[in-house]
Amino acid sequence: MIGNLDQKTLQDIWWLIASLVGSLFLFLTFVQGGQTLLFTVARNELDKSLIVNSIGRKWELTFTTLVLFGGALFAAFPLFYATSFGGAYWVWMLILFTFIGQAVSFEYRSKPGNLLGAKTYEGFMFINGSLGLLLIGAAVGTFFTGSSFVLNPYHSVAWQTPFHGLEAATNPFNLGLGLFLVFLARTLGALYLVNNLDHPPLTGRCRRAAWNNFLCSLPFLLGVLAGLLTMRGFAVDPATGQVSMEVGKYLHNLLAMPLVAMLLLAGLSGVIWGVISVRFLNQDGGIWFAGLGTVLVGLALFSLAGYHHTAFYPSVSDLQSSLTIHNASSSHYTLTAMTYVALAVPLVVAYIWYVWRQMDARKLSPAEMDGEYAKELY
Amino acid sequence: MDLASTVQWARAQFALTAMYHWIFVPLTLGLSFLVAFFESIYLSTGNPEWKRLTKFWMTLFGVNFAIGVATGIIMEFEFGTNWSNYSWMVGDIFGAPLAVEGIFAFFLEATFFAVMFFGWERVGKGFHLFSTWMVAVGSNLSALWILIANGWMQFPTGMAFNPDLARFEMRDIWAVILSPVALDKFMHATSSSFVVGSLFVVGVSALFLLQGRHLTMAKRSMAVAAVFGLISSLFVGINGDESAYSVAQRQPMKLAAMEGLYDGAAPAPLVLGGIINPMKNPGDAGSDFLAVVKAPGLLSLLAERKLGAFVPGINDLAFGNPARQIVGAKERIASGRIAVRELASYKEAQARGDVQAAAQSLAGFKTHESDLGYGYLKNPLDAVPPVATTFYSFHLMVVLGTLFPLLFLLVLYHLYQGDIERCPWLNRASFLFLFLGYIASQAGWVLAEVGRQPWAIQNLLPVGVAATPIAAGNVKLTFFIFLTLFTALLIAEIGIMARQIKIGPED
Ligand code: HDD
Ligand code: HEM
Ligand code: HEM
Repeated sequence: MIGNLDQKTLQDIWWLIASLVGSLFLFLTFVQGGQTLLFTVARNELDKSLIVNSIGRKWELTFTTLVLFGGALFAAFPLFYATSFGGAYWVWMLILFTFIGQAVSFEYRSKPGNLLGAKTYEGFMFINGSLGLLLIGAAVGTFFTGSSFVLNPYHSVAWQTPFHGLEAATNPFNLGLGLFLVFLARTLGALYLVNNLDHPPLTGRCRRAAWNNFLCSLPFLLGVLAGLLTMRGFAVDPATGQVSMEVGKYLHNLLAMPLVAMLLLAGLSGVIWGVISVRFLNQDGGIWFAGLGTVLVGLALFSLAGYHHTAFYPSVSDLQSSLTIHNASSSHYTLTAMTYVALAVPLVVAYIWYVWRQMDARKLSPAEMDGEYAKELY
Repeated sequence: MDLASTVQWARAQFALTAMYHWIFVPLTLGLSFLVAFFESIYLSTGNPEWKRLTKFWMTLFGVNFAIGVATGIIMEFEFGTNWSNYSWMVGDIFGAPLAVEGIFAFFLEATFFAVMFFGWERVGKGFHLFSTWMVAVGSNLSALWILIANGWMQFPTGMAFNPDLARFEMRDIWAVILSPVALDKFMHATSSSFVVGSLFVVGVSALFLLQGRHLTMAKRSMAVAAVFGLISSLFVGINGDESAYSVAQRQPMKLAAMEGLYDGAAPAPLVLGGIINPMKNPGDAGSDFLAVVKAPGLLSLLAERKLGAFVPGINDLAFGNPARQIVGAKERIASGRIAVRELASYKEAQARGDVQAAAQSLAGFKTHESDLGYGYLKNPLDAVPPVATTFYSFHLMVVLGTLFPLLFLLVLYHLYQGDIERCPWLNRASFLFLFLGYIASQAGWVLAEVGRQPWAIQNLLPVGVAATPIAAGNVKLTFFIFLTLFTALLIAEIGIMARQIKIGPED
């Protein structure tokens, strides 16, 4: 059946899959949010241990989702992989450095003989949760604001600024998106901890932190939304493939794809409800609403960037170098083969879900921090 | 922009990050299975001593695993950042195994890793053991997919060149997955990593014996690891021979460099050991070796599976040998340049809309297509990999490879005799061999990758064309950042490991 799908359908499917993985990553950044909360809601070593051990059981999942996001883009849209990573070199490198630091921090932070000391590893965690996410936001922002590159006839990329991608962080829209992600992650992190920990003094602070960080994220969210609905966008002529600027392009996309508008509204409502239910109704499960909400918002954003005759990785230096999901994709054969592979994803999600349920059936409590297995803890 | 320098820094950076990654990967691959064995014994005997032992090795596993992950993410994104032309030109094929690796392997590791470490009290014993096995299976599955990717670079199959997009596209995914090179590599890389893991456990246990601590635990660990190591190391030898045969058939230039063989011969001798003449260049008259010990005729047998068969040397492959029907790099470069030129005129004609000229250029391109990669080389010497590095790393690996089974045998013998704690010489040797395992493993990759030069994709894409066109300073700077960061983390890792070993298994 998959073998009979035409190239355009496959490209649409793969943009959806990549968007879904990217959006799941955004949800899972509650780990990064938790890393920065370490510096604001933890009052003592016990609090710190609880937080680190709670998110420490999930950090690999977030990390692996990021890796898969990269892998999926590589397999399905290799020209994007080549153009963006090779061109916007420094943004991606800086993001990677922050993830290297993160990957060792959980394991090394509390182990004797760790050379750099616990504070340094906590610092790595903070940098990853702040600068790392900010830059990811800025990089995603360029899906809408464009970058300065030219592709030659052999598709080799020439970046037009000496900053190789760092300039993305100077654009107010990109910066706004980045800061929104930082505060969203903190909101999600606080919600996650409320649901995962059994230590009322700390979870009480997390409830307030969820609300406060949500409030902090609002101006950036509104700014990003306002920008998105008013800005000029990169339209593709479906007949010729020519790229041109269109006033209100993303607003037009939203109106043309009511489903996407619904995703956006439902997603924002989910996040808001998650926060309110935890802060004011004293419920614990807000992370699930906010998490699902984040995934929907992410899907909406990626859909606006890629679908409806839009260039998802536009070039401001040379409009015709812009990447669309049609000109940047793999061959029909590869997309077909990879779609068969993707059929296994529900299975993967199912076992992750099962294990998650098993592991989190009981909340993490201070008693466990010095129980029989305390030596193995982070 | 000085692209030549960019390429050198990109190569250095890839070598640096790959070698750092490979410090941690073999231990992950080997130790994960050993830990699974230990825990299985615990469950079947119910003896809490085995649980203590399992947890001890698991802690060391965790410390190593974290930095393996940290160094791995770089490798994945480096294809985009430093090898962007590569990513575009072969991404249609190469991206797939990387994505599959994420879906099928990394999530297994990531999900069950948390259960393995934090699930003792949260899940049943059976499920915990299952999780430990899943971490081992997941790690080794990730090896499978990345080696399929790497195997394809060494021996590209199942694809075709698309002149309109100037890229290679996949035509047969099964040819890529089931490539004999990929399977050889998978078996050799995993089994050799089992050897590294076993040497690690034997070595650390030997240290305990030397210090007179944790004797029972050390001997139990040693016994399991030595059996696993013995079986694996015998397999490594058999499979290594198969790998060498495969190299001879598919990458004859690599084989010639591995053996320091300049002039082909029939029968060809196998070099048992030697010192390469550093002054010698392909085409020169000087002698190949300053000193050498050879086994007459043996290389013919190993490389061609036939007594007295001809094995081509570097000179035959670089300059051609009509008598043996070998087309050399020299001729292929001439033909490749035509391919490059015709491809350019094809694209120009298309841009002009000149259908007839386009068709003509395309036909011209097709006749020389198989030499396209050679068209980017400047002269035949460019097709020769660094001979000394390839030669020494190969021989070092093989010499060590023959010693490992002997060590495991000795350890098993003295365990059986019950006098191993009274053999300090053997325990000291075991501790030393811990490090030799790493050296053999690194040498293996150096041989495989350096021997592949100048190709990023064998015969199709030289590294010079594969790299990202970015000013060298950027790549140089990231090289030093990686060097600093990874070195600091490596020191931290060794520090933590040493401390955990000093603490030993606890109650
Ligand atoms: C033969 C095995 C092998 C080889 C040749 C490589 N790796 Fe590796 N890699 C592993 C075996 C492995 C592993 C055993 O599965 C690791 C090491 C420690 C770990 O956590 O998983 C890993 C971790 C790891 C991770 C982190 C995964 C995570 O999120 O958990 C990434 C992204 C990569 N690798 C990518 C690569 C790339 C792009 C490579 C080559 C170019 C590469 N690895 C070579
Ligand atoms: C799969 C894609 C890969 C690419 C594109 C690639 C590319 C390269 C390049 C360009 C070099 C530099 C060679 C030189 O300067 O002589 C290199 C070296 C090396 N690579 Fe790979 N490689 C790949 C896979 C791997 C893997 C999977 C490993 C194992 C972890 C590995 C291990 C090494 C080692 C150890 C070197 C050292 C060579 C030296 O000392 O110069 N490579 N690789
Ligand atoms: C005992 C005899 C051995 C032989 C004949 C042998 C042969 C080979 C050959 C021919 C290659 C190159 C394959 C290629 O370029 O495609 C290779 C690679 C390699 N070897 Fe060995 N080897 C032996 C032992 C070992 C040992 C003991 C280790 C480590 C403990 C080891 C680790 C490796 C690794 C990691 C690679 C790179 C992965 C690969 O290319 O498969 N080898 N070996």
